[in-house]
Amino acid sequence: MRAHLDKILALSGVAIREMYRRKDFYVVLILTVILTLALGSMNFFNEPGITGYVKEICLLLIWVFLLIIAITASARQIPSEIESATIFPLLAKPVTRSEVLLGKALGCWLATGIALVVFYTIFAILTASREHTLPVSLLIQTVLAHWTMLAIVISMTFLGSVIFAAPSSNTTICLTVIIGIMLLGRHLHKIALGLSEPTRTIVEIIYFSIPHVEIFDLRDLLIHNYPAAPWDKFGILLVYGFFYSVIFLILGCLAFNRKRLR
Amino acid sequence: MPDAVIKIDNLRVEYKGIGGNAPKVAVKNLSLEVKQGEVFGFLGPNGAGKTTTINVLLGFIEPTSGSATIFGVDTREPIARNRIGYLPELTYYYKFLTAEELLRFYARLFQIPKDVAEKRIDAALKLVELDHARGRQIKTYSKGMQQRIGLAQAIINDPDLLILDEPTSGLDPIGKMKVRQIIQRLKSEGKTVFFSSHELGEVETVSDRVAILHEGELKEEGKVQELLNKYNCNLEQVFLKVIGYEEIPV
Repeated sequence: MRAHLDKILALSGVAIREMYRRKDFYVVLILTVILTLALGSMNFFNEPGITGYVKEICLLLIWVFLLIIAITASARQIPSEIESATIFPLLAKPVTRSEVLLGKALGCWLATGIALVVFYTIFAILTASREHTLPVSLLIQTVLAHWTMLAIVISMTFLGSVIFAAPSSNTTICLTVIIGIMLLGRHLHKIALGLSEPTRTIVEIIYFSIPHVEIFDLRDLLIHNYPAAPWDKFGILLVYGFFYSVIFLILGCLAFNRKRLR
Repeated sequence: MPDAVIKIDNLRVEYKGIGGNAPKVAVKNLSLEVKQGEVFGFLGPNGAGKTTTINVLLGFIEPTSGSATIFGVDTREPIARNRIGYLPELTYYYKFLTAEELLRFYARLFQIPKDVAEKRIDAALKLVELDHARGRQIKTYSKGMQQRIGLAQAIINDPDLLILDEPTSGLDPIGKMKVRQIIQRLKSEGKTVFFSSHELGEVETVSDRVAILHEGELKEEGKVQELLNKYNCNLEQVFLKVIGYEEIPV
């Protein structure tokens, strides 16, 4: 077990190094930081109530950019290994395809976690400087929920990367699915109630099957300074997130083990 | 009698036909054994099935029928690769890593302890003369340097079996000599080397035994000297006769 874990960690280290040595990753990271800082330091029309709007825009930027980073990085990992043929000297070592997939997924998740901490730290500093208060518990919950949501996104994208031929197709599909769930996920049940059979059943099945990533979005709580959720309830949210991540990763490993490389 | 390091038994590999075509048979009922301590040359023209056979040995593809084992372990098991070093024909390494980082990463996959790994990394980089460039990313390397880092990663785990796919491809004469010296050094240490090559002069010099593949079938196999005596010519001529090549006058 320890040997498997060590190999997965070694593979994740390479994935993290790759993400941080790619210039496009830095461009997105720096752009987000600059925009967040710029927005946070502006004082529009000397309006004291503007802080809420600024927070909303900053958090939206963080969400959008991290979603882009997570999906594009994950969609690229396995296909680029196959395309550049680096997968062959790798699989010539005593490492399984499942370990390769899990290691790379872990690497992408940890890398996005580092970016997450950077963004939210800047956000926290800006908020604290303006409002002279910092809801630490809620901020921690927001970061953890967001990171768990990214775990679902990354694992789903990895599954797509071993099924779909091109990373661009996978990126488009995953982005569409995630944004679709975020916007419409919570409304599907209501929509289903207004439909006739068998469409109603189909929509209900979809509603109960999809990972409801919208419930990980705690931005409104942060913007309006609501209290943090009870930690026991919050724990259930994290378990729900990891459950879906594990399902997608298992399916990804099964698909990758059957994939013909040559 | 030394044990068989590689044992291939009635190996058959078929690729699915595209667009309703019949499946392509890349390897047809191949059986051969490579003994411990041998340097074994695996020869054949392009498309003969050499790389397909190597892919089966490394577990990249599954045989359609038959079996292949390395040190008695089915080649589909990852544990079979614990004692193998593999040098692919073309350089396929992470360009964003430095030579040191690449070797350290591969050493970790072999579960080599850190202190042992560092010594092996130093020794491997010195052997392939890349010590001066160890801190540079591989994307800055020339083709020859990339081939040499390939050799370094192939020996990082001190393998008992080295599988080399066209090891001198793209190398200058000095590089080719270096590879030859490494093969001979490994042989003197009791390692087994299984390699495919088109450089028949070199194969004749370093190999103990050779096998000649053509259109997926094993056409000839035996000790180099015995084949030379049997056909009464050099290895290149033996190769051409075995595959039935007829020279067309220009």
